[in-house]
Order: sequence, then structure tokens, then C-alpha cells
Amino acid sequence: MYTQGKVFKYPDNVDTDVIIPARYLNTPDANELALHCMEDIDTQFVKQVNKGDVMVAGWNFGCGSSREHAPLVIKTCGTGCVIAKSFARIFYRNAINIGLPILECEQAAEEICSGDQVSVDFDTGKITNHTSGKTYMAQPFPAFIQDIIKKGGLLASLKGGSDK
Amino acid sequence: MAMTMTQKILAAHAGLDNVVAGQLINAKLDIVLGNDITTPVAVNEFNKAGFNKVFDKDKIAIVLDHFVPNKDIKAAEQSKTCRNFAGCHGVSHFYDVGKMGIEHALLPEQGVVTAGDCIIGADSHTCTYGALGAFSTGVGSTDMAAGMATGMAWFKVPSAIRFNLTGKLASNCSGKDVILTIIGMIGVDGALYKSMEFVGDGVKNLSMDDRLCICNMAIEAGAKNGIFPVDEVTFEYMKDRCERQPVVYSADDDAEYEKTIDIDLSQITPTVSCPHLPENTKPASVLNEIKIDQVVIGSCTNGRMEDMTAAYKVLNGKKVADGVRCIIIPATMQILRECVEKGYYTAFIDAGAVVSTPTCGPCLGGYMGILAEGERCVATTNRNFVGRMGHVKSEVYLASPYTAAASALTGYITEYKEV
Repeated sequence: MYTQGKVFKYPDNVDTDVIIPARYLNTPDANELALHCMEDIDTQFVKQVNKGDVMVAGWNFGCGSSREHAPLVIKTCGTGCVIAKSFARIFYRNAINIGLPILECEQAAEEICSGDQVSVDFDTGKITNHTSGKTYMAQPFPAFIQDIIKKGGLLASLKGGSDK
Repeated sequence: MAMTMTQKILAAHAGLDNVVAGQLINAKLDIVLGNDITTPVAVNEFNKAGFNKVFDKDKIAIVLDHFVPNKDIKAAEQSKTCRNFAGCHGVSHFYDVGKMGIEHALLPEQGVVTAGDCIIGADSHTCTYGALGAFSTGVGSTDMAAGMATGMAWFKVPSAIRFNLTGKLASNCSGKDVILTIIGMIGVDGALYKSMEFVGDGVKNLSMDDRLCICNMAIEAGAKNGIFPVDEVTFEYMKDRCERQPVVYSADDDAEYEKTIDIDLSQITPTVSCPHLPENTKPASVLNEIKIDQVVIGSCTNGRMEDMTAAYKVLNGKKVADGVRCIIIPATMQILRECVEKGYYTAFIDAGAVVSTPTCGPCLGGYMGILAEGERCVATTNRNFVGRMGHVKSEVYLASPYTAAASALTGYITEYKEV
């Protein structure tokens, strides 16, 4: 798996309330919700994001509520990957479960700038910043989690398991 | 190898003699929980994956609490999805309007959760039930769907930080001041992926409502769970309440902790978290020039009976300051009823406050108290993120019911002092 695109950069502690404000959570429709992704801290994101683009953030990305709508709207907007120094645990779990690729890499998250062109190879964890020419290696997922991702998310992996 | 209290519960539910931090396990679940926002997403995933029955109708709890009574047509549709699913699968712990309450006040009150349980809930504040000596953690809707189908969930066994509590709280402080102080010390990711285990001589001086409040906000320090040992206070609370037999686990004496933090409860002072992160804590006493527009007393953090009693003690016979809207939301129907019986309801109305039926409502900016641009609220809720209670340029200050009620009377952030 691979993604390449432009970077949208965000600070530490980006919470799920700014990723998708609760005032919109009266619907489970991801396409409708995605129109409001990040709007409380970045009104331009939804207008400017293209398929494959990369979100880069600081520590504790996705803190707060357990709403799965948060990784879902990021994915639905077309974002190919989120790179952060660290992820809040429920967001981390939800991203894996719904198939939004995420990578923890402190140095990449520190150095990559807004607007940079970046590509990410999820199989190897290699992050390439085509604007600066620098490359980074992210922490690979444990095998157990890679298996969930390869099978297309948690429920698909469970069904796969029960079919055998 | 020695284990923490959390590790012991996880090992038992995974059918293992021993687990170590970092180990990936599959654990049996005692309760799988969802609410009116997260359940519809889970139902969709459950159906999409082709599951046609739940693993155990008595081990699933679905609580309508965020936007009920339905705030609009879309919310009504979400409630309907939950209601239909619960009806179709015979979910025994389904709480609709009239029986509803905020899930994390309701499930302990109704005895649905008990000591020794392994619980997941599609709501981040599911960590609340650690107060009863259970392992309980928040997950997303897909995990809820998988849990409802299989009765199992995967976990990475957490390491732990031990909080050694000593002494006794001052009479104008509560569990809220303890947890806000701790989050101020360690930060919003200070316990990321870890357990917060509360131990020590001071535990016996904390009521069950204090413990529920403290564990409730463990997530605000990034923790996987918060947990208290089971003692006389726990047994007294669970007596004649819990439908399943409690199982008591305790940490090994030589269990390993990442660190131990000593907290002298007698040194805790009324604490406020300033915008826009729960870690931005300050003593209430230094914030007395912050003028406010609204007060909210309620939520899964502080909508319990002791919180209502604290609000009553402060507001009874007094008047809410001009220009302040004071909104009080008992967390369950039983608490609301007790407020009526004890005369609190009348006292709140006479003080100029409004009282709502149970709902999460304003805490997450849903309804029942949304803030306009530039407005400030002192709330007993749990998050003060940008836009959490309304406009992106509104502000939420997190505090205890004592501080919130005292602030309602003056119109400024105010430390409560008993007279």
C-alpha cells in the first residue's frame, strides 16, 4: 500500500471534537460528516484536500471522544495517511479498525512542513519528503495489527477467521 | 510474574495465568456498551459484516443519552436505529426515554457493571467503571460491533502508573479536584496507553461518587483505564445492586509500575481547567476575575447524587447572579427523582437555575446550553476543547460542582467556602 500527496500540518493534541464537531453527530453518514472535517481549526482543509494527501501532526493526535466518525471523516475526505508523533489510544484503534493508515514517526512529524509533497509506503513504513528530499522510517505495526489491516479491518478479519 | 490489578483482570478474561505489559490478548467481555451516537455506526457495521445475532443479549447495554429526548429529526432516526436493533435482538439493558440516564452514571447505579468485569463501551468515558474495581475502557463503534457479535475484544496489555493517595479532602473539594489536579500534573497524554491505578490509605476516604468521577476522567490523561481497589465502600455500593456476583482482584505486592505518584488529598484545593485543554489547571482562587455567562452542573463526570447535593448546599436560599444561565442536569431518572424528593429541585428553581431531564446535551455541544461567540461557561463536564460546547470562540472552564455553583452565584469563577 502506498500514498502520495500534499501535507496538511497540525499541532499537538488535535482532538476528535475539532476533527468532527459533535454538533454534526446526529447522522452516521460519513459523506455528510466529511464536509465538516477539521472545520473548527482549519476551514480550508475540506476545500483543499485531494485524494492521497497526508495529514501530519504532533503528540496525542485524536485525543478525546471515542467517536469512530473521526478517523472515518479523515478517510472519507480522501486523506491517504496520518503521520503523528503519537496517537490517542482509541483513535489509534479506530483507525486500524476502519482502515485509515496511520504512522507514528516523531522526526517526520517534526520536520515535514505544510504543503510539502510526501509519499508513504505502508509495507515498509518508509516516508519520503519529496520537497526536502529527506526520508524517514516509521515504527511498523505489530504483526497482529498488520493482519487486521491486510484483511480489510476488524470485522472483515473476524469473518475471515470464522470462515476457516 | 507479578501483575497489576488491571493485568490480573485481563489475564483472567483471556484465560491466561499470566500476562505482561505489551502482550496482545483476546479477552472475554462481560458488558458491551453503546449510546445513541455510536450504536448506529456499530449496527451498520454489524449488519454489513453479515452477523445476525448478538453473543449474549444480557451482556449488551444500549443507552440513549447524548441527544434524547430527540433533539431533532436526525437524532430521532439514530434513536430509532438503536431501538430497533435492541428490540430485534432482545437486548435486555436497553434504556430509552423515561428510563434513560447518562450511561456512565446509569450502568453502575442499575448494577449492570460490577467488580472484576471486563467491559468495553463505544464511549470514551467507559473508563468510569474502574471505580468499582473493573477493567473498563472506551472503544469505537467497530469494536462495539465485533464485541456484540463475538463477546471478545483484543487488547494490548497496559503498563501502569500508580497513584498513592493519602489523607482526606477538604470539605469544599471533591473527586473532580483530584482528577483535574492529576491531569494538570501529568498532562493530557501523561498516561497514554497506560492504566492509572489508584491505591493507598486515602482511598477509603473517597466516596463511590468521587471514585467514579476520578476514573471517568482517566481518558483525559490519555489512559486506557483507571481503577480503584475493591474495599468496604465498594461492597456497600454494590450490595443489593449488582446483578452479577462481583469478583475481587488485587494487584500483587511486587507488581511493576512505570512510576508512583504520591497525592496528599488534604493538599488538594478547588481546581479549574482553563481553555482549551484539561491539563491547563489553575487554582479556582486565582481566577476570580474571569466573568462567566453560563454554568452547567451535570454530565457523566458530575451528574451524580453527591454532585446534586453539593449544588444544593451552595445554591439553596441564594440567587444565581444576573446575566448567568445556570443549567443543572441530574444524570439519571433516579437521581432526578431524588432531587425532587429532597426538595433540591424546588431550591434550584428558586435560585433561578433550570433543571433538565438526564442528557449529555451541552457537554459535547449537542443541545440544552450551547454557547455563543465569546461566551464563557464553568462546567462540571470533562472536556474544554475548542468548540466543545458551542461556538469555536466560546470558552469552557472545567470545575467541581462546588466551584461551578459558587460561580453561578457571583458571575465570576469562585472558590466555594463553607460559611
